[in-house]
Amino acid sequence: MNDTHFKRMKDLPSTHLLGTGTPMCAGCGGLQAINDIYDILGEKTVFINAAGCMTLLSVYPFTPFRGSWLYTAMASAPAGAQGVRDALDILLEKKKIGQEENLTAVVLTGDGSAYGMGLSATSAAIDRNLDFIYICYDNEGYGNTGQQYSSATPHGARTSTSSGSMGYPGFKKDLFSIWAAHKPTYVATVIGAEPLDLARKIEKAAQLKGPRFIITLSPCPTGWGFDPQETMQIGKLAVKSGVWPLKEYIDGKIIHTKVPKIRMSVEDYLATQFRFAHLFKPERNTRLIDEIQGRVDEYWDHVS
Amino acid sequence: MMLARRLLTGNGAAAWAARLAQVDYIPAFPITPQTEIIETLSRWIDNGEIPGKLVTLESEHSMITAAGAAAATGVRVFTATSSQGLLYGMEMLYTVAGWRVPFVLINVSRALASPVTLEPDHNDVLAARDSGFLQIHCATCQEVLDITLMAYRLSEDARVRLPAIVNEDGFYLSFTREPVYIPDADEVKDFIGEFDSENMQFRASAPTSQAVAVLGGSPYSYFRYESHLAAENARIVFDEICDEFEQRFGRKYGALESYHVDDADYVIFMVGCFATKAKAAVDSLRKAGWKIGLLRPRLLRPFPGEKISQLLAGKKGVAVIDQNLSMGKGGILHCELASVLYGNKDAPPVLMSFIGGLGGRDISQEEFFEIAKQLKQASETNEIPAPRLLYTVDELRQIHKLQAIAHVERAILNRDHQNPDSHE
Ligand SMILES: Cc1ncc(C[n+]2csc(CCOP(=O)(O)OP(=O)(O)O)c2C)c(N)n1
Ligand code: SF4
Ligand SMILES: [Mg+2]
Repeated sequence: MNDTHFKRMKDLPSTHLLGTGTPMCAGCGGLQAINDIYDILGEKTVFINAAGCMTLLSVYPFTPFRGSWLYTAMASAPAGAQGVRDALDILLEKKKIGQEENLTAVVLTGDGSAYGMGLSATSAAIDRNLDFIYICYDNEGYGNTGQQYSSATPHGARTSTSSGSMGYPGFKKDLFSIWAAHKPTYVATVIGAEPLDLARKIEKAAQLKGPRFIITLSPCPTGWGFDPQETMQIGKLAVKSGVWPLKEYIDGKIIHTKVPKIRMSVEDYLATQFRFAHLFKPERNTRLIDEIQGRVDEYWDHVS
Repeated sequence: MMLARRLLTGNGAAAWAARLAQVDYIPAFPITPQTEIIETLSRWIDNGEIPGKLVTLESEHSMITAAGAAAATGVRVFTATSSQGLLYGMEMLYTVAGWRVPFVLINVSRALASPVTLEPDHNDVLAARDSGFLQIHCATCQEVLDITLMAYRLSEDARVRLPAIVNEDGFYLSFTREPVYIPDADEVKDFIGEFDSENMQFRASAPTSQAVAVLGGSPYSYFRYESHLAAENARIVFDEICDEFEQRFGRKYGALESYHVDDADYVIFMVGCFATKAKAAVDSLRKAGWKIGLLRPRLLRPFPGEKISQLLAGKKGVAVIDQNLSMGKGGILHCELASVLYGNKDAPPVLMSFIGGLGGRDISQEEFFEIAKQLKQASETNEIPAPRLLYTVDELRQIHKLQAIAHVERAILNRDHQNPDSHE
């Protein structure tokens, strides 16, 4: 990261390009990340959206985007990007438009779409080496429909469809690895609470060509159960506890961009959110907490 | 005008139409009996015979998304599918129609699972009836070519701006060779014109939001009504285009094909290429002194209701043959027709419903004669029989035979399984 514009916090944009007054919940971690990402990607973009919370960013006749927007459906935003990209390339080749009219196709979906319904469309977009950027804001559930569990939901989390004492019985799918296994140009995890790391990665992605992927863990006050003002704090804890590793895949290699020197205990992270409250009350579920801690430790044991 | 006439299948004719329309972009996905269309186009592109880009998506859902998105960006799009593919993409059919993007999709009709089969009927394409796509049905390979060209004009017309489905029947048209006139490329270019994206495009200098959400029933209704009114406009626009097509190319089309209807007492009403069989039956019956005709809508959306009412006014009876089945109701065209006839003071007093040709099952000449006979009888007795499901005693016997064989085979298998040595 030698030639980054973002060397220290004060290099980050101080005002946002994305308009205000969206209907997102207060403290929405997804929106926070999108704000930061949009500052860097800029207005020469067309955001191709799948069904989810962010669909409500553009409600007729308003939009906070200075650039363009196309809502598709839950499963096929990458195919929408394919159509837009191909059409722009055709127009460029036929000289119907000049380079100055070109746009970057940016897919914006939630985890439900990215980890599940839209995965086959994404996989195929990588097969076709589609030149686009995919941003997945991961709030670890089907947020827009009331936070049911998705394949991004962490083990043990309570959602509106895993409300038993053990929470969600499944395990969060490793989408980073699944995407990276396709050998696309770039894959990175980011989080709004680490804006410098985020800015550098988006900057890098923007300079590359081909399929590029960003997953941003998106603390969601409404779905996870915490006070909106704690979004930043919880995001930082996700990184410091090692629950959300910040990393990137490029040129066949995975690099961890922010390795916590001393990892905080996962418990510190879990305890901040109502969706994990049953791990502590009415009595402490030590076995489950240890199990979750064990998985995080195991992950980091394998990080050289 | 140089007239090239060659033997083409319906699929060949569809590919030629896309070629002549100079489409920019072809999102594709294979399915029998459509595949030959995209293979032909792909070969032409790979050989450098035609420009354009063909991309195979991983599903029809994605294919239709890409088609709509490319059209929304400002290029001319062609795509094709069939049966399960059309249903797999159904969510996007409705979605992109709402985007008001013009493009043409060829559907090669094939019956739907279950049970799974390759042969045709119209339940697939009729499932898209309410999607917002315009829908035109063909009965010959020549029509497939000509109507597809006209569909581009229709879809792109400023008064319409809706995508269009052109339907050809699987196997009977898709794989049947007929002599087809291939119009001159420059004349087609003149006829269809350059693609005009109007204000629908994505450009850096003119940011736009397309397909955004609405809150509440009022804006929702507004956009749905707009689409409906645009589809209604397509009725007049289609007539204009047919006239212009006839002037330029000498072949006459219209929203309906009317065959010996004017002086007829009885009329058979059906769509698609099985209507060719009905025509043959009309010819035979006419020879035998019957005053009977055939009315075949090409245009199903928008539905040419007024024209149909006029053409059927004063007739004694109409038999609708539906190559589709809405379980628990009956034939879909029968309902459509009833809704436009009801209450007209000179509407035919007898409207009968027959279901036939499902999954490619033939409709024999004898069956057409029987339909005519029943129609006449109903008119004379004023008793309208319940809807009929065409099936012969012999067919039923064959099915029972197959079932009996299956039972015997199963019994033998069970016995062998219970005592494996019984064969020795
Ligand atoms: C085909 C289809 N099935 C279901 C839905 C209902 N739906 C709308 S948004 C949504 C949740 C999407 O979850 P995610 O992608 O994680 O985005 P989030 O809502 O969390 O922002 C669902 C299930 C839909 N729009 N389309
Ligand atoms: S539910 Fe969560 S992700 Fe959705 S807008 Fe609210 S805070 Fe954001
Ligand atoms: Mg989600």
